Amino acid sequence: MATIEQAPPPQVPAGPSHGPGPDHPPTSTGTTNVKLAIWLFLASDCLFFGAFISAYLLYRGRAQTGPTPAKVYSIPFTSVSSFVLLMSSLTMVLALAAIQRGDLRRLRIWLLSTALLGSVFVGGQIFEFTEFSRKGLGLSTNLFSSTFFVLTGFHGAHVTIGIIWLLSLWALATQGRLTQKDAEKVEIAALYWHFVDVVWIVIFTLVYLIPTK
Amino acid sequence: MTTVADAPTQTPVRPPVILRRPKETTGVWSWFTTVDHKKIGIMYGVTALVFFCLGGIEALLIRLQLAGPNGTVLTASQYNQIFTMHGTTMVFLLGMPLSIAFANYFVPLMIGARDVAFPRLNAFGYWMFVTGGVFLYSSFLLGGAPNGGWFGYTPLTSTPLGLGALPGRGPDFWAVGIVMLGIGSTTAAINVIVTTLNMRAPGMTLMRMPVFVWMMLVTAFLTLFAMPIITVALIMVFFDRNFGTSFFLPAKGGDPLLYQNLFWLFGHPEVYILILPGMGIVSEILPVFSRKPLFGYPVVVFSGIAIGFLGWGVWAHHMFTTGLGPVAVSAFSLSTMLIAIPTGVKIFNWLATVYKGSVRLTTAMLFALGFIAQFTIGGLSGVSLAVVPADTQQHDSYFVVSHFHYVLFGGLVFGLFGGLYYWFPKVFGRMLDEKLGKWNFWLMVIGFNLTFFPMMLLGIYGMPRRVYRYDAGLGWGSLNLVATIGSFIIAVSVLLFIINAVVSRKRGVIAGNDPWDGRTIEWSTSSPPPEYNFAEIPEIQARDDLWHTKYTEDDDGVLVPLPSGGVDTPAATRAAAAPTHRIHMPSPSFYPLVAALGILPLAYAAVFHSYSWAFLLVAGGAIILAFGIYAWAIEPATAAEADH
Repeated sequence: MATIEQAPPPQVPAGPSHGPGPDHPPTSTGTTNVKLAIWLFLASDCLFFGAFISAYLLYRGRAQTGPTPAKVYSIPFTSVSSFVLLMSSLTMVLALAAIQRGDLRRLRIWLLSTALLGSVFVGGQIFEFTEFSRKGLGLSTNLFSSTFFVLTGFHGAHVTIGIIWLLSLWALATQGRLTQKDAEKVEIAALYWHFVDVVWIVIFTLVYLIPTK
Repeated sequence: MTTVADAPTQTPVRPPVILRRPKETTGVWSWFTTVDHKKIGIMYGVTALVFFCLGGIEALLIRLQLAGPNGTVLTASQYNQIFTMHGTTMVFLLGMPLSIAFANYFVPLMIGARDVAFPRLNAFGYWMFVTGGVFLYSSFLLGGAPNGGWFGYTPLTSTPLGLGALPGRGPDFWAVGIVMLGIGSTTAAINVIVTTLNMRAPGMTLMRMPVFVWMMLVTAFLTLFAMPIITVALIMVFFDRNFGTSFFLPAKGGDPLLYQNLFWLFGHPEVYILILPGMGIVSEILPVFSRKPLFGYPVVVFSGIAIGFLGWGVWAHHMFTTGLGPVAVSAFSLSTMLIAIPTGVKIFNWLATVYKGSVRLTTAMLFALGFIAQFTIGGLSGVSLAVVPADTQQHDSYFVVSHFHYVLFGGLVFGLFGGLYYWFPKVFGRMLDEKLGKWNFWLMVIGFNLTFFPMMLLGIYGMPRRVYRYDAGLGWGSLNLVATIGSFIIAVSVLLFIINAVVSRKRGVIAGNDPWDGRTIEWSTSSPPPEYNFAEIPEIQARDDLWHTKYTEDDDGVLVPLPSGGVDTPAATRAAAAPTHRIHMPSPSFYPLVAALGILPLAYAAVFHSYSWAFLLVAGGAIILAFGIYAWAIEPATAAEADH
């Protein structure tokens, strides 16, 4: 290995790097720290949902008593609420585009619409859950209901956290504390939001659309 | 939650100040609010060693109970709690956090960074570890500790309270406590990965990173993907026990094997989460005390990565006796043997590193060599367990107990102790006493082998795990007595270490920057390092960068010190000099602690949810948690008025 006479004087600005910015050096990968971190968190969360989905699939058709999926699912209803959630991804994209070009008025509008669409989805889920329990399907009725409620319930909790996150950003935006240079804050919230949407597409396909006796 | 937290927060509007921004950098208060990776590393280390002592006391109680036939020290119920807490403590409260302690302190120093990527998240991870540990141990006072084994097999642990499976709320404390610790270790893993990938000094390419950093990177990825799986399994156990579901209750169609699959899909990567940091530490120590570069650096790195991948494909070897069928059993037997290859490659690389080196047998080096010898025994007994017929015979016997203690004590703990002796001078500026250190090492080697080698024989003779007493006629008494004597010798050696650490911290020989003639850049800054680590961020020119500023080789390959070798090199001087400009470091913060303290009442509420007062805990915890998170998100990472 080559020997070193003397290293050239380092030209590194001071301070821990928290991503690009006027005072900060670029990170080694070029991706900012927070964005890398949210990607890692989402990767971890994949395994979380993956384990619940595996449990659901393993127990498919093994329920001994109580109403079966075919009896309780209302595919048209859930399709509509799934569509609403998908549309919220569109408004999320619009919100991000708005803050990136500095259009703070539209940022507020789209953040609020995304949160609203998400709330409609969660409201639909609450309605669905009460419908199920009216039909005699509670959390502990059988293996189908347990795996279904736990999987979709934790997904709903993720959506709820996302709504709170979006509303917090909206509140910051109305106070003028979320401006163009904070676009990344909206971006990481958007990554989380899209992830939750994608998970729902997987759940909707595997849980609702594949018929079970 | 983890992500809003450290978003860049330079807002033009002055954020509202709810709690006074802490400024203290010394004194008791500073430890509660610090975000300095080095202080947090020390806190991780000290706390993990406290839990090590607790887990050790539990081990001694187990050994006293089993010292002779028909032991009477513990009742069956107490024995269940003690062995469960021993395993849980050693895995989650010693092995993982002590590795994270080293990672916290040394990953930034070894890659030339000023701190980790998310200093406050780092503090939060530590406080989750503390609150999770306190929560688990508080169960002893609140109706009985976890008592279903560290693996918590269902339906034993998932049968609801009062149906006669396990007395007490132990399994609830266990499930909730491990989830809390999982939150902490996941945040720590994210921090290690982002720091390693994003905050390397100029010139510190991935293939120039010290092997310890590499191994912590692999460990962090394993943690990131393993913790959510155990979390799901524990949520199901908790629901089965408390909310009437039957995920794992065969009577209602549930499948206990699903739990075993989920648990070991976490549990086997967990084994590598525990051992890879030890391998990383050993890979740092051996080259320094052999005065040779690590033999086959790229191969060692890729072996570590290979272990990280293969570690996901071997979990069912814990379940050979559950009737998986010949195809699955053969496949997992083969994959288990396959993972011995990268492991064996590493062992040969370490041996080749020491071979023909000018070896200095310091305590750190002795522990590293002890690691190699004992880990090899543990690994070979593991390969024999991968052979299905042998495993069927030895499953759930003391042979298995011996095997994993050879790997995790003979391997991991020896590696960690090596790391403590190796890096103590950097952390505290003083050397640990070598004479006491050698007593520590030799007593530990003797005690360790006296304790765990007889167990291998006991397992072959048929002694099952987890029995709290055995009959005199079985002929297991004398070997068990030897094991008990060995365990007390281990206890003495640990006591010597504690004395050594406490005394040397005050009166040890002053270490200087580079007491071992080290190779990696943490030895170029002062001991202990300043808050900002390096006055100027080093420019990395080579693997083992510091070494190449001190030595070169002549035409015959003989080491020649550079004229200005040692710590007087310009690079080292610059690194250790007083800074010529202001260095903005992240400011201390109350909120990581506040957020973790908010989770604690929520955890108790989960266990005691059937009581009417539980909603008070929920409300209180939620308010504290929300306050902690929001205040944290709004507070800038570096206080505007912070001066250094």
